[in-house]
Amino acid sequence: MTDAVISSGHDDETAAEAAERALDEKTFGFWIYLMSDAIIFALLFATFVVMSHNPAAGSASHTLFRLPDTFAKTILLLASSTTLGCSTAATATGQRWRTLAWLGATFLFGLGFVTMEISEFYGMAVAGAGPWRSGFLSAFFTLVGTHAIHVSIGLVWIVLSGCEVTSRGLNPFVVSRLYRLGLFWHFLVIVWIGIFSFVYLPEIL
Amino acid sequence: MLGKLTIDALPFYSGIAMAGALVVVSGVLGVAALVTWLGRWRYLWSEWLTSLDHKRIGIMYVTLALVMLVRGFIDAMMMRTQQAVALDSDGYLPPGHFDQIFTSHATIMVFFVAIPFLTGLFNVVVPQQIGARRLAFPFMNSVSLWLTAAGAALVMSSLVIGKFSTAGWNAYPPYSEAQFSPDVGVDYWIWAILVSAVGSMLTGINFLVTIVKRRAPGMRLMMMPLFTWATLCTSILMVFAFPALIVAASLLGLDRYLGMHFFTDGDGGNVMNYVSLFWIWGHPDVYILILPAFGIYSEVVATFSGRRLFGYESLIYSTAAITALSLVVWLHHFLTMGSGADVNAFFGQAAPLIAIPTVVTIFDWLFTMYRGRVQFTVPMLFTLGFIVTFVVGGMTGALLAVVPVDIHDTTFLVAHFHNLLIPGALFGYFAGYQYWFPKAFGFRLEEKWGRRAFWAWIVGFCLAFIPLYILGFMGMPQHLNRYYTPGWQPYLIVAECGAFFILCGIIFLAVQLATSIRDRAALAVPTGDPWDARTLEWATASPPATYNFAVVPHVNGIDSWWTMKQAGTAARKPGQFHDILMPDNSGTGVVLGAMSFVFAFAMIWQIWWLAAVGALGIFAALLSQTFRDHAEHRIPASEVEAIESRRILAPALVSGAPT
Ligand code: HEM
Ligand SMILES: [Cu+2]
Repeated sequence: MTDAVISSGHDDETAAEAAERALDEKTFGFWIYLMSDAIIFALLFATFVVMSHNPAAGSASHTLFRLPDTFAKTILLLASSTTLGCSTAATATGQRWRTLAWLGATFLFGLGFVTMEISEFYGMAVAGAGPWRSGFLSAFFTLVGTHAIHVSIGLVWIVLSGCEVTSRGLNPFVVSRLYRLGLFWHFLVIVWIGIFSFVYLPEIL
Repeated sequence: MLGKLTIDALPFYSGIAMAGALVVVSGVLGVAALVTWLGRWRYLWSEWLTSLDHKRIGIMYVTLALVMLVRGFIDAMMMRTQQAVALDSDGYLPPGHFDQIFTSHATIMVFFVAIPFLTGLFNVVVPQQIGARRLAFPFMNSVSLWLTAAGAALVMSSLVIGKFSTAGWNAYPPYSEAQFSPDVGVDYWIWAILVSAVGSMLTGINFLVTIVKRRAPGMRLMMMPLFTWATLCTSILMVFAFPALIVAASLLGLDRYLGMHFFTDGDGGNVMNYVSLFWIWGHPDVYILILPAFGIYSEVVATFSGRRLFGYESLIYSTAAITALSLVVWLHHFLTMGSGADVNAFFGQAAPLIAIPTVVTIFDWLFTMYRGRVQFTVPMLFTLGFIVTFVVGGMTGALLAVVPVDIHDTTFLVAHFHNLLIPGALFGYFAGYQYWFPKAFGFRLEEKWGRRAFWAWIVGFCLAFIPLYILGFMGMPQHLNRYYTPGWQPYLIVAECGAFFILCGIIFLAVQLATSIRDRAALAVPTGDPWDARTLEWATASPPATYNFAVVPHVNGIDSWWTMKQAGTAARKPGQFHDILMPDNSGTGVVLGAMSFVFAFAMIWQIWWLAAVGALGIFAALLSQTFRDHAEHRIPASEVEAIESRRILAPALVSGAPT
């Protein structure tokens, strides 16, 4: 299908160049997406801050949050961030199985985080402090829940990436997707640090 | 099994509602029957619905906008008629129905007319203006289109199944909460907004990346045509603003579905939070609608004055300044979250600030015309119509800030709003539609009916809205479905006459389209450049080949097509052709849109199993697309050469295929 003879020239984009450019654009586009996602989180934060002045019918928050749990969740997420960093390093040197192993570790830590999150939510709901209880609790559940949903999507993404690395190896497309997965995940860790410092810490201290 | 959906959802309760439902259903069936009769399903599917070609996606966007314009206008007509007759009487519409209509009118006009119209024009024009062959993310573009279409379909279905919201287009709580609006109307609003807002956000990302990354070699930012500049700024605003709308609608949904207390009365809810969130989006959105129109006016003025835009750089700075100021108000609403910020701030303090770049812009246009030889074509008429009405409207806007009488929440506001959005946005899109039609189809729109349409619109606009300014001063509140002040009625009857003129305007546009298709051979534009235009989009064939540019041009200044024509390089046949990589078609976007519709519809009626089906469908569609890396085909150089030589040797042949 290719007319190789007339296809060499200055403005002709080879398939490799086109692919490289596409990946560059995807990365840039993903950064912009992350920015708009950051706006969503910022708005949820702002809503939470406004609502937290008015706990109304809900129980006061310092009786709701338990320091050890929150601490454990933070550790889990930070650990997952580190293991994902290791996975990226392995990718950079083309080590497929190491990439996979570290991805697996990240998945486990992430799963631990989400599990703890769900049990916290469940515990609160059972204790009569569900999101329908007060504006404050609605804002809390929505902010933290939106983060947890993001992490869950990240988990699905990790599984899919794992399958892809196994079946296709580390080709440039896969590597680029892993890179964006990393951006997404580290972004979520940063959001969590925000949640930890603005939602949990003030109540615990 | 069917959630809240029962036989009562069908509009047997009112003859008018039934008629509306029948029109929608027979319209859909009629189109389906027509396509079947013509045997065109396969063609429609493979050439249009699944196309990732930005020109075709753009044409589909504009088609959606025009169809929805008719719907939105029928709503307007019904309201005008109600107000014209409802003195001391009920009129012909029950109050609940009137409220549905003004909610759906405004929702449709903003989300399903203005946004698709401007997005469609971006699609057709911008890649060609910057010398690109495609958008950065062609598949995502198709997703945006089909999400927008799904949102529009949701609003249309509410005519047939159930009712639409009665809570106004901004759905202010607490009225929009489940306590006061227990039926599905507000849910229809929420899901239509959510689905289409995601589409608009993706559009913003797409055009931002395309303009930053895909400009022709040599085209620096300060060489971009003004429409491209407007698109860039609009995209930035979309990326910033739409998340706020998504959050506002979602939190309202959480209140309604899960009994949360974001915006309820009591239990720690805070209504002002919603108002802030809504205007974090709403305020920039006014500029999202207006900036593209300004960009179009700039192109039209330059082309039909036959000269370089006066103050080209100051026009760019004005566009950027308007964008920057909208981001400032964005931030302002953000920082005053929940404190009940004055949501009419725009009509107050912000207006004078924004007025400065606007005035600069208008003077630049006037100087361009003054120094040039103006051709009064239809796009130019719309531009002039805009300048006159907008200047007058701007002064009344200034009045809002200074007059002592309280005209807030009166019809003054309605008039002011429409003055911003009809001449300030819609006329711009009409100008763009007339101007770029030959670009997209290879033949011009015929002038006579175009002129008539313009005059009908402008006269109709003045008749329909000047009375509302006056009524505002007389203290008539907005959203009235009946009244007891005889003095208002004459003005409302004049406004009704205005609406009839606008109706003629719409009919004339349809006639113009029909006669132009009929006479397309006579109206053909074989050279592809009917207006002797200046910017790069006219360097391609009209209609363009899928790849737009056989050879990507090298740009070294503004108005590069004009420069090429002056230098005599425009008609030069490229010496060499290359293979070109273009994206394959994909049906996944359609599937995603359809599944989003199913999901949203199921959520509205709380049919949980169907919602699960929709969600799985969305997931599967995404999955099938995510890992496809080689969704491109190669157009061999010989084929490119064949297409291009046809264009140069027998251009009439190319433009003779205007399907
Ligand atoms: C084509 C002719 C149009 C007519 C005759 C018309 C008429 C009306 C009428 C009668 C109302 C209700 C006012 C009230 O509640 O008292 C209204 C509201 C509204 N219209 Fe239009 N309209 C037209 C076009 C448009 C367009 C093109 C847009 C937007 C792009 C638009 C956006 C709105 C909005 C946002 C509202 C709600 C205003 C509010 O709630 O304060 N309209 N229109
Ligand atoms: Cu504002």
